[in-house]
Amino acid sequence: MKNSILVLVEHFQGAVADITYEMLGAGRKIADSLNVPLHAVVLGKGLNEFYSRFGIADSIVTVEDDRLNMAAPGMTADVIKNIFLLKEASYIFLGGTNITSGVGPSLSARLSLPLVNFCKNLRIEEGKLVVTSQLFGGKILSDTILSDGKGIISVYPGSFPAENGKVVKTPVIEDTTMPALQYKSSFIKFIEPEPGDVDITKENILISVGRGIETSDNIGIAEDLMEVIGGAIAASRPVIDQGWLPLSRQVGKSGMIVKPKLYFALGISGAPEHVEGMKDSELIIAINKDSTAPIFNIAHYGICADLQDIIPLLTDKLKLKK
Amino acid sequence: MNIVVFLKMVPDVVEELKISDDGKNLDSDWLRMKLNECDEHAIEEAIILKEKFGGTVTVVGLDAPEIDEAFFIALAKGADKVVRISCEWAETRSPGIALLYSRYLKDFFVMDNQTLILSGSQAIDDLEGEMVYYLAEILNLPVFGVITHVEFDSAKNSVSLVKEFSGGIRGEFETELPAVLGIQAAEHPPRYIPIAKIRNIMKTASIEEIEIPPDGVPSGIEISGLFEPEALGKAEMIEGSNDEITQRIIDIFTEKGII
Repeated sequence: MKNSILVLVEHFQGAVADITYEMLGAGRKIADSLNVPLHAVVLGKGLNEFYSRFGIADSIVTVEDDRLNMAAPGMTADVIKNIFLLKEASYIFLGGTNITSGVGPSLSARLSLPLVNFCKNLRIEEGKLVVTSQLFGGKILSDTILSDGKGIISVYPGSFPAENGKVVKTPVIEDTTMPALQYKSSFIKFIEPEPGDVDITKENILISVGRGIETSDNIGIAEDLMEVIGGAIAASRPVIDQGWLPLSRQVGKSGMIVKPKLYFALGISGAPEHVEGMKDSELIIAINKDSTAPIFNIAHYGICADLQDIIPLLTDKLKLKK
Repeated sequence: MNIVVFLKMVPDVVEELKISDDGKNLDSDWLRMKLNECDEHAIEEAIILKEKFGGTVTVVGLDAPEIDEAFFIALAKGADKVVRISCEWAETRSPGIALLYSRYLKDFFVMDNQTLILSGSQAIDDLEGEMVYYLAEILNLPVFGVITHVEFDSAKNSVSLVKEFSGGIRGEFETELPAVLGIQAAEHPPRYIPIAKIRNIMKTASIEEIEIPPDGVPSGIEISGLFEPEALGKAEMIEGSNDEITQRIIDIFTEKGII
């Protein structure tokens, strides 16, 4: 059969990531509207136990080679290229995560096909796939038409409901072989996070600081508030990269996924990489000087003001209340 | 080591972003450009590697407003050479930029088995850090992104590197040189350089200028339009005097059982 849609199953340290089911659910819809089959691509060894969860796909295409459990992006791209050509695929969906990062552009170069990333939504218009992506830190959206009817789409986690992709049934399994290629790089080992002073994923209250905190000394403003209401201090990437707080406090794509009762975002703009790590918090209050900061799109309460005016005053009032 | 760092200027998203009249680009009149933040880390990592293992650092960027300032800062930090590429070409997407940089490496730079090519692991308009992968592909070199640590092994002409995954978990990889790396964060934050030192450099330093003729890249995508996200209207904005705002926060804390 001509044309098909592929979804790369994302797995990490022996577990299948939710983004896989998000893509399978969204991919199924696109495949049905184009009337083409949907194939789940599983690369790596020891993943057989998961096959029965990919029942939404018409088939599973596998390459069972342990090098693929943690491969350099070039190696993964080589293997997918073979499968893409074998299945006469028109589109492949990949997870827009640090686990798969690099596979999309490497594959795009190898197949001379366009790559659209940060996909938040998909639709078919006049037989062509239109991808809505989030750009510029979440401030702009773009619609991109894949005019040749072929391409690579990197899907941003949390864009589609994972539930829509979960169907218990084992599809047809097609095992393919690893291409005999030489690679100049290799995986050595995992480095687990150093046990931090606090585990921010277990705290009920997180006072989280972003670039808007301006200086490391100003983190004291957040700490003073914490003294009164409890919890722990967390941060977005720029604060960690400045070395102002340890890696164990980072919320977001590379850092921790947190769901506290209160997430108080101080001077955090709300770039998608950060939002991914805290969007499911029970109560989000955000303070930012920029009224267009994307954090206000996901916060429950927003304050457009200078945190240095508000937070010390809030702390003082709370102290008096005690 | 011979380290090359490729730079990219990006719109400062702290500023308001306006969509141009054709609806397909950002209105450049409204844009303030700044050096991509990850590129600052790439420069820092290059300088750290030079200090540890010796060698040279060449910093290369496309002609753009404010890029000279980035060059002078790089020199003040310890870069040996800065190169500004001009090209009569409107292509600003990652595959096109990678093509230009590959031409620099092929025609104006001597790569050897101690060459390491660095750039920022992502940019506000290069979200997955695609540029480094396209560049590596053209040059047929190994590539990794989201890197936070690099060590050079001179006996093996290889580097060991640390890549971030998620949940604070990282992975160590080893690769032969030459190789291309997307730096997410340097081993330590970019060093501070006093303005006086940058001013001194500006008086004495020179920027090498290179012109590369334009060439097209097939893209196969068509941006049909840019638009501002619809405000989900989720945040209830708390307004008023500082006194009123803080009182409202306390009320919410009380209501939700936070205090």
